[in-house]
Amino acid sequence: MKKSQFLSCIFMGLGQIYNKQYLKGIMFMLVELITLINIPNFAKAFWGLYTLGEVKFHYVNGRAVFDHSIFLMLKGLIAVLLLILVIILYIFNIKDAKDYTKKNTKTSFKDALDNMFPYIVLTPGLLSIMFLVLLPIIFTVLVAFTNYSAPYHLPPRNLVDWVGLQNFKDLFKMDIWSNTLKGTLKWTIMWAFLATFTSYFGGLFLAMLVNSQEIKLKKLWRSIFILPYAIPGLISMLVMRLMFSGPGIINDILEKIGLQRVDWLTEPLNAKIVLILINLWLGAPYFMALMTSILTNIPKDLYESADIDGASFLHKFFHITLPLVFYSTTPLIIMSFAYNFNNFMLIYAVTDGGPVNPDYRYAGHTDLLISWIYKMTVEQQQYHMASVVTILIFIIIAPAIAFFFTRTRSFKEEDLIQ
Amino acid sequence: MMSLEKNLVISSSRKLNPKKIMVRIILYTFLIINSIIVLFPIVWIIGSSLNPGDSLYSSSMFPKNPTFVHYVELFTKTDYPIWYMNTLKIAFANMILSVILTSFTAYVLSRFKFKGKKITLLTILILQVFPSFLTLTAVYVLLMQLNLLNTHLGLVLFYSAAQIPGNTWVVKGYLDQIPRSLDEAAKVDGASNFTTFTKIILPLAKPIIVFLALTSFTGPWMDFIFQRLVLRSADKKTLAVGLLEMVTGQSNTKFTTFAAGAILVAIPIVIIFAFIQKYIIEGLSAGAVKS
Repeated sequence: MKKSQFLSCIFMGLGQIYNKQYLKGIMFMLVELITLINIPNFAKAFWGLYTLGEVKFHYVNGRAVFDHSIFLMLKGLIAVLLLILVIILYIFNIKDAKDYTKKNTKTSFKDALDNMFPYIVLTPGLLSIMFLVLLPIIFTVLVAFTNYSAPYHLPPRNLVDWVGLQNFKDLFKMDIWSNTLKGTLKWTIMWAFLATFTSYFGGLFLAMLVNSQEIKLKKLWRSIFILPYAIPGLISMLVMRLMFSGPGIINDILEKIGLQRVDWLTEPLNAKIVLILINLWLGAPYFMALMTSILTNIPKDLYESADIDGASFLHKFFHITLPLVFYSTTPLIIMSFAYNFNNFMLIYAVTDGGPVNPDYRYAGHTDLLISWIYKMTVEQQQYHMASVVTILIFIIIAPAIAFFFTRTRSFKEEDLIQ
Repeated sequence: MMSLEKNLVISSSRKLNPKKIMVRIILYTFLIINSIIVLFPIVWIIGSSLNPGDSLYSSSMFPKNPTFVHYVELFTKTDYPIWYMNTLKIAFANMILSVILTSFTAYVLSRFKFKGKKITLLTILILQVFPSFLTLTAVYVLLMQLNLLNTHLGLVLFYSAAQIPGNTWVVKGYLDQIPRSLDEAAKVDGASNFTTFTKIILPLAKPIIVFLALTSFTGPWMDFIFQRLVLRSADKKTLAVGLLEMVTGQSNTKFTTFAAGAILVAIPIVIIFAFIQKYIIEGLSAGAVKS
């Protein structure tokens, strides 16, 4: 073991100073100093995370005194993350002291800056990911193991406690919860499948139509068909909601041609069909845009030799077009499935989960798991159950997306598994 | 039917025989029907916005005496200009911050070998699986702790952080395709890492950067989930929340005003889209389609 390395083990930055890298050394020392000074704060934060507070809400001389469980939990988490950062820096500091070679001393400040380039550039991105993405995710997972919910466990009036796996048990064992879960999960999977299937083949149909050699003004047709993708989604959804509403234009037209008005959005089955149709309108252009280039790249002689063999249109479609398009778009299908699985926006903007289902708790007939979570969080403050369902979604979706990403270029280049 | 559709994909001869004419009739029928389906809602909402009345019940698709009164009302009687300015502000800030954060991160991850690279890549990969809005509650509490509730800054910080994992992956995939010999040549000439990035890599990565800029610009126009959660007061409100409330209000009495507001949102976005369509499709494929 080098002397510098040993020194850095004892106190961060000592090794660097021994190596005459004063600026670096002082910065490392500062990190350790600040950490040491804050030991009481760290201890308090860890206590908060462990107990989630002990002082119930009460008044002392007319002043409210209480522990806020959720704030304590968040502060505890932040402390854990900070401590991990310090540990990473500590390990880095030892390695840095070890890797030191004489050559480096002569480099100028500017060169040193350039050598540190990857770290300097990554820091803001990684820090914001750590605190604004990773931290909330861990928080959400932890809430699933507490009883954080209205009306009896809502800070600041009440304390929140760790309850272990109780919420998971309730979700699967208590009828009202498990019914909602089963029904919503079934519809969510059906929805994700149908929505992906229809817009995939809708897009393929449009792409084949526009690519066909028999038609003129291809560009014009393509521009028309791509419009739904260009218009902000929420706008289209809200417009559709109004079109299909009771007094909307669709019913007007039905009445004019002598048919009955239909309850498009207030009857469960109709609402589901309407949602899938709207999703087709919104989603097919995206697939069309991507498939157009794939179709034009299919070698023409494949079709020509099929023609010579006298193959029918359907035969060519199923044996040439579809396999080739399917091969290059499998990741997209998986992505689209995952996206639709969590397509909160469409459900919320068009039906808001309705019509109401009396057998469900806090969910309607067309609610997806994700919109159910939204309702539990924002409207009902059932944070504990919302978190449990979130974890379930993650377990269902994560493998699909992991599968997708292991097939992208970014991943293959890197050989992450070595 | 089968033999007619045979020609949908490819036709071997250009002669006009009755069969060919039939094929064309069928193709054009499909094209026209599809165009009507696509255009109908658009024409309907434009027509509705020109109706003199207020409600959904009384409006018609082609009003007899069209009027622009609702467009005027948007600016005189509602907070629409405030919403618009707020949204523009958030969208611009998010675009700039996201492009800077993501392009630099992707560049470093694509070009440099350094300690901790593998763990960084894996973290990004795993995080990107988690839909960001499942963390609604946590973000709310976190912003409250940071005193950023009801501020646009809090929203922008969150948006630009949440997009990093997913977009970095896409941009890195694109950068990986750019030959390394180019930046090595620049380094030999004595260019710093920063100059290599801005002078060599960025111009070559233009399509994916434009794609990134556009998606981070248009994102905030339509996300009402976090905006509703974070922005509480009327002067901070955005288009997505404002328009949603116009429609979901029980009375539907603001229907025609909503129509006008919706059109004024859609027009600029569609125009931007039209100009950079090819970048968008290239960007979409870069992230997804197998080569």
